[in-house]
Order: sequence, then structure tokens, then C-alpha cells
Amino acid sequence: MDSVGKSFVRKDAASKATGAALFTADLKFPEMLFAATIRSPKPHIKILGIDDAKAREVMGVVGIYYAKDIPGENVVPLVFMDYPFLAEKEAKFQGQPIGLVVARDINTARKAVRLVKIKYRELRTVFDPLDAMKKTAPKIYGRDNIFKKFIVKKGNTKSAKPDVEVEDVFTTNYQVHAYLETQSMVAVPQPDGGVNVYGSMQCPFYVQDAVKKILGVPYNKVKIVQQTTGGAFGGKEDVPSIVAGHAAVLAAKTGKPVKLIYTREEDFQAMSKRHPGWAKIKYGAKKNGKIVSCEVKYILDGGAFSTLSPIVLWRGTVHAAGPYEIPNVYIETYAVATNKVPCGAYRGFGQPQIAFANESLIDILAEKLGMNPLEIRRINAIKKGGRTETGHKITGSIGLDKTINLAVKSAGWNRKWKHPSSKSGSRRYGIGMATSIYGVGLGAGGKHLAKSGSFVQVEPDGSVLVAVGNTEMGQGARTVLSQIAAEALGAPYEMVDLMATDTSRVPDSGPTVASRTTVMSGNSILNACKSIRKRIDDTVRKMLKAKGRVIAKDGFYHIGGKKVSYANAIARAWADRIHLTAAGWFRVEGTTYNEKNGQGDAYFTYTYSTMVAEVEVDVETGEVSILNFVSAHDIGKAINPKLAEGQIQGGGLQGIGYGTCENLVLENGKILNPNFTGYIVPTAVDAPPIKPIIVEEKYKGGPFGAKGLGEPPLICAAPAVANAIYNATGKRIKSLPIIPEKLVC
Amino acid sequence: MKHEIKLFVNDIPYNITVNSQDTLLYALRDILHLTGTKKGCGEGECGACTVIMDGEAVRSCLILAVEADGKKIITIEGVSANGKLSRVQRAFVEAGAIQCGFCTPGFVMAIEAALRKKKTKKEELIKAVSGHLCRCTGYENIIKAIDKIVRG
Repeated sequence: MDSVGKSFVRKDAASKATGAALFTADLKFPEMLFAATIRSPKPHIKILGIDDAKAREVMGVVGIYYAKDIPGENVVPLVFMDYPFLAEKEAKFQGQPIGLVVARDINTARKAVRLVKIKYRELRTVFDPLDAMKKTAPKIYGRDNIFKKFIVKKGNTKSAKPDVEVEDVFTTNYQVHAYLETQSMVAVPQPDGGVNVYGSMQCPFYVQDAVKKILGVPYNKVKIVQQTTGGAFGGKEDVPSIVAGHAAVLAAKTGKPVKLIYTREEDFQAMSKRHPGWAKIKYGAKKNGKIVSCEVKYILDGGAFSTLSPIVLWRGTVHAAGPYEIPNVYIETYAVATNKVPCGAYRGFGQPQIAFANESLIDILAEKLGMNPLEIRRINAIKKGGRTETGHKITGSIGLDKTINLAVKSAGWNRKWKHPSSKSGSRRYGIGMATSIYGVGLGAGGKHLAKSGSFVQVEPDGSVLVAVGNTEMGQGARTVLSQIAAEALGAPYEMVDLMATDTSRVPDSGPTVASRTTVMSGNSILNACKSIRKRIDDTVRKMLKAKGRVIAKDGFYHIGGKKVSYANAIARAWADRIHLTAAGWFRVEGTTYNEKNGQGDAYFTYTYSTMVAEVEVDVETGEVSILNFVSAHDIGKAINPKLAEGQIQGGGLQGIGYGTCENLVLENGKILNPNFTGYIVPTAVDAPPIKPIIVEEKYKGGPFGAKGLGEPPLICAAPAVANAIYNATGKRIKSLPIIPEKLVC
Repeated sequence: MKHEIKLFVNDIPYNITVNSQDTLLYALRDILHLTGTKKGCGEGECGACTVIMDGEAVRSCLILAVEADGKKIITIEGVSANGKLSRVQRAFVEAGAIQCGFCTPGFVMAIEAALRKKKTKKEELIKAVSGHLCRCTGYENIIKAIDKIVRG
């Protein structure tokens, strides 16, 4: 292949290196105004009144707006409709938006926000999801504070008759996305009553839904254009809908362009995070190591509004037993409301929390059976023909065993693994591993969104314009999808480029999440290119006066021994007025998953991963150094191996940070460390070498065999480190992050 | 209070009017429209706003514009003369050290500043970016870019 499988340099690398790439904050429009947000000062209040007289007197303030000023509906359109754009009578978390100030400059807008006095009465609060599930808890959502409950029931755990059982409770803290660019939007009113929104986002169609709703205008009056986006990791899935909604209302009210950019502290306080998790998990096994039963109770702390919690919980639920074939499974899961900032999407989407539980517990089981952690995984790892916890029979593209073998070989596991009891001294070496299975795309949990549009236009000079509904947010979609289009058309890669995602160019293609872009937009582009190629091929046959199959290779179209260059074929097709434009569409056919018992095919395919961590632990200070980290993934086919490795390395370090240092601290619903001084993300000095390994067990439904990769590199990184720490010290830490204090107490 | 100040930015002199509380970052981005310098936190914690001032790498969000009066400033726009990438930028592009790109100008400026001070060893360049945050790459390819720069 000419374009697929090659490590081309990113299309956007040079413009990002020179600072020329335009992020939302860099945009300027004539007469642009600046906005800031008035937020709830306490975690649960009844709003009695607002005194903003002083704020309105500030020179430069143009307007202050509240829920009553919203022209359309005051509800953010997500899974459930419980989250208002602006709180009207009651606010349920500290930092919840209540009003908006718009002013001629940003300092004035922020000064006015500080002068607004909210009169309120404090209401009863609940901060712990287990407390929130009690009958006596104050009601934050519905009658029981439960946003959603799921069950998976396979076989019968009561009749499993294991020889050995292990059970424990594992907890995980929040994780903050810490993308370098905070939430940013600019809304520009249009003369006909519509609005254009330019912003930092993953999901332009979610933003379009939100702006349509808050303004009460038709879809065709709302155009959303994604700007260069400075990192997202799930944090720009649902919350940009709120930011864009706010900016759009202000643009509609003032008739001027409005820029709304969050401060770092505001982004920390009010934006979504990874859900804190609580999991009680039990494995039962035979003496030979075969796991025969798994029981899980898994609770996610959703915060004050449901946002994406139901589907985050669903992904966690259908992966809760781990990447193992287990005949008897019972899983019960809950997403629960508390008076804290709403949690949402974060790379891994409900899986990292439960992966920490099952990958820690399987090591505990191995030790009880007198086995090596590698051996127990080899015995239980799901294999071709095996069935997942939802009963999905895996018939192809399954490389879990290969990832295990390559990862342990690279790390030298057999040489290096020794029982913790053999370790001594103040600095102790340890090695640990973890594995995961990852359903690619939205699966049955988001089947109504499993569609993707594209638009491909071959220009007279052979350059190619591609538009898709998924976004480039740093992961490399612009480059990878250009490679797919180039391969399918037979065009030189350099001549193909992807436009910024624009809702007026392609239809609703679902969100850019769940590692779905390569498969969904890739297949949609293939669909468009197929019809264009058919017309190019007809032209080629005419030019070469030959019949038969046209092969595209090295910039030429070939039939037998004859060939014509790509450029000449395209020029001829245009001269003949052939239509070299097509709209592509791809949708995933229904899955068989049944929510009643949690059985059936949950996804169309899975990515499989194994990670091995080597650590040195100072047992006196609790300091953990990661010496080496190996991360192996079966992704079907790497369209651009270098970009795939970049995902593995970046996701790996986020997972290591989640496991060891990223520690958000809340007291009574208030975040105490809303900055990079208090919330520690890894730096270049802390970063260990991360060795990526790519396994390619081709998936026949994917473009050129590809599956998805964005999320898996994070999922089992933290448990691999936790298991290595146990191997070094003999201390099993059952809560993340494993900060030094936990190791020395 | 308004102040008239003079900045020499990328060898061009500018007379501008700033408020007492305006930062150098604000002056560069919002008054001079040099938006390649990024604001990641506004508190000196992330490094995205790094520029060179009188030869030193500084966080422009922590410097008041009035403090920069009369100073010589180099921003990311000033290192790629005539649209040609500098060797630091080229190394970042070729090593795959760029994903979302928001942190990139800050990393590039920190390394440019170190090189201009004749700090050319790998350890010195890693130290120069040790306070810079990148959330996408895991730093692996940024270290590879530094390796390329060190090798020349």
C-alpha cells in the first residue's frame, strides 16, 4: 500500500510548531465582547434572589443574563434531560453556572462577576455515593439518587463451585483531563437570526444540539466549526455544549460576537472529570487456575447531574469481569448523584476504575493459588471462539495472547519476576502486569449514534478535499483519515487533506469518542471514495483503451502493463466533466445486546492490551520510580504506526499519572487544589520510557483492518503499576492514586 | 492606570498603551495580535506562554507588561524566519513531538532560549523544559526531538 501503514508526519505539525495554528482564543471578530460565568458559591442551595446592581454599574459591562433570559429551552441535551444551562431556583454543586456577564473586555466581565451577590439558603448535602444511596440521604436526583443501574448475568455464580475465592474492595479518585487549552468558544450572530460557533470541542453535533436547544432555532441556522483543539481526552465531549450554549445566548442577546474562555481554576472547578469509583469484586477459581465465577458491585460517583454517567457506567459494566473467559458472572452497577461537580467522559470511560479492581484482584488470586500473575492470565485470557462476560462470541481479530507474549518478552518478565517475599533493602525492584479488553466504538450503549458522514471532492489538479463529522483534537485524525482517503483514491498522500470539522458540511456523524474515528469516519470515507474511484476507473479504461481491473500504485493507475498518472487521469476526468465528488455514509448494524440480563454482542469488535510496569520503590519514603513500561495493543492495523505509538505513549503516561500522582482533593464539595501546583500531572522529568508494541490482528469490518486505539493505552496502566508496587513491597494498595503516604503508613 | 511602554518584539519596535495589571502575555496576544504564544493557566504553572526576554526564557503570564518596557522580546513568531522552521521546530515536527500542539510554542521557546545561552547538552535541554506540561505525548517524542537537536 502507498499510504496506509506509513508513518507520515502529521499534516498539522508545522503550523502547530510555528504557532500559526488557530486555537479558539486566537480568534478575533469586529466588536467582539467577552463573557464570564456567575457560579454557585455552595454545593447545594436554594436561590432566593440575586443582587447585581453594583455589577451592572461597572463601566464596560454590556449585560447580565440568567435562566429567565434563555430564548429556547434551559436544558443541556445529553442522555437524560436534567442539567440546566443556568440554575434557576436550585444549584446542586459548587461552581454550577447561574448567570452570565458580558462586557467589552474580559477583566471587566470577571470584575462584574465578583460583584454579583447571590442570596441563598443552604440545603442538605451528600458527597459520598454510598451515603447517597441510603434512604435518609437528601435527594439530588429522582427518588433514590440513582441515575442508572445495570445488570449483567451470565451462567449462575451460585453454582460455580470454586476451590478458591478472593474478594476485595477497590476505590479510585477523580482524574482531571488537564488538557493544556481550557474550554473555549466564540459565538458569532448571523444576520438572519442564526449563529455560527467556533470552538474547542470533540463533538460538534452535540454542540449543535445544545445551541439549537438554548436558542430555540432550527438546525440549519446553527453552524458549528471546530477550531484547532488543544487536547480533550473526553473533557471536550459533553461540556463544550454548555460553554457554547452560554456564548450563543449572549451573542443572540447582544447581537455581537462573544468569546467565552475559562480560566484554569474555573476549568478545574466546574468541568467534568473521571468518576471516582467504588468496586467490590470477587473471583472464584479452580485449583488449576481457571476462573469459574466473578461477582462485581460497581458504583460511580456521578456528581450533581447525569451528563454522560449512564453510558460511562454501561461501558464499565460490560467490561467489569476483565478480559477473561468466565462461565458464571453477576455484575450490578450504579451511577449515583452527589452534590459535586458532574463527572463525564474521560479516556477509558468507566473502564480504568474497574480495571484497577479486576487486575489487582486477579494478582491476589494468583498468589493464593501459588501462581505467577502471567500464568493465571494466560490460563484465563479470552481466546478465539471464547465468549465475553456478555456472551459475545469472539470469532476473529483477537490478539490478547499475542499482546501478553510480546509485552512480557520485551520486559523480560520470566527473568525478572520474583515473589515479593524475596525482596529486601530500602529500594526494592518490582514488576507487574495488567491486561484489558476494550469494545471499540459506542456499542449497544450508543447504537443510535453509530453512524458517520463524509464528503470527498477531487479537485482538477488532483488535490483532494475531505470533510468528516469526527474531529482532530491532537490524536491525528486529520493525518490518518487523509491516508485512508489517499489509499482508496490512489491519490498521493500529500495531495489529500481534511477540512476543519463543520456541521454545515457533513451530517450528524455522532461524537468523536470511544476510539471510533478511524473505523467510523474511515469507513465513511471509503464509502465516498468507492463511488469516485468507479468514475475515475472508467476514465482510466477509456484513456488506456483497456478493460479489466484498475490498480492504483505509486501515483499511477495500471491495467495490465499499461498505466496513466494520477494527475493525468484526474485532469481528463474533469475535462470530460465527470463528477468527482461524493458524500459517504457508514452505519453500524444493530447489536444483539439485551439490557435486561446484560447478554448479547455489546460491540462490533474489541482492542486487546497488555502492559508491564517495572518500578523501584523506596520503602522508607514511599517514592515510586517507574523504570520501564511496555504497552502492547492489538489494534487490527496501524494506519500510521508513528501516530499509533504516540497514542500509546501519551495514554500510558496519563494512566501512570492516574495511578501514582494525580490526586484531586475535595472538602465538602469544594475542590481544594484547582491548579497545576496542587494537582500534579507528570512532567518530562518524571516520564518513564514507554515502549509501544503494535499487534495487527486484522478486523475485517475496519478500514484496511483497523480497530480503535485512543482509549486502551490508559486503561490498564494504573493496575500494572499497582501490581509492580505490590511485587516490590508486598503492600497491596487498594485505592488510587498510590501516593507515597499510602506506602509508608 | 494607563502606561506608555516600548517593546522590541522580534526586532520590531512597538509603542503601546497598557494598564498596570496587564501581563506581557496580554500585550503580546491581545494588543500586538501575536497569538502563537499560548495561555494554558495564567499562573506560571504550565509553560505554554514562554517567550525570550533579554535572552532569558520567561513565563509571559507572570511578567507585567510595564516590567517589559524597553525589553527585547522573542516570541514563537520570531524563530521561524521567512516561514522556514528553526532546527528546534523541525526536530519537534520530525520526532512526532506534537499532538494537540497547544504546549508546543512554549517548549520550542524554552529550548531556543537554552540553545542561545550555549546550553546544548541533552540534560540541559531536558532541564529547560522540566517545568513545561504536555498532556498528549507522554514526553517520549519530545525527548526524541531533544536528541535530534543535540545531535545537530
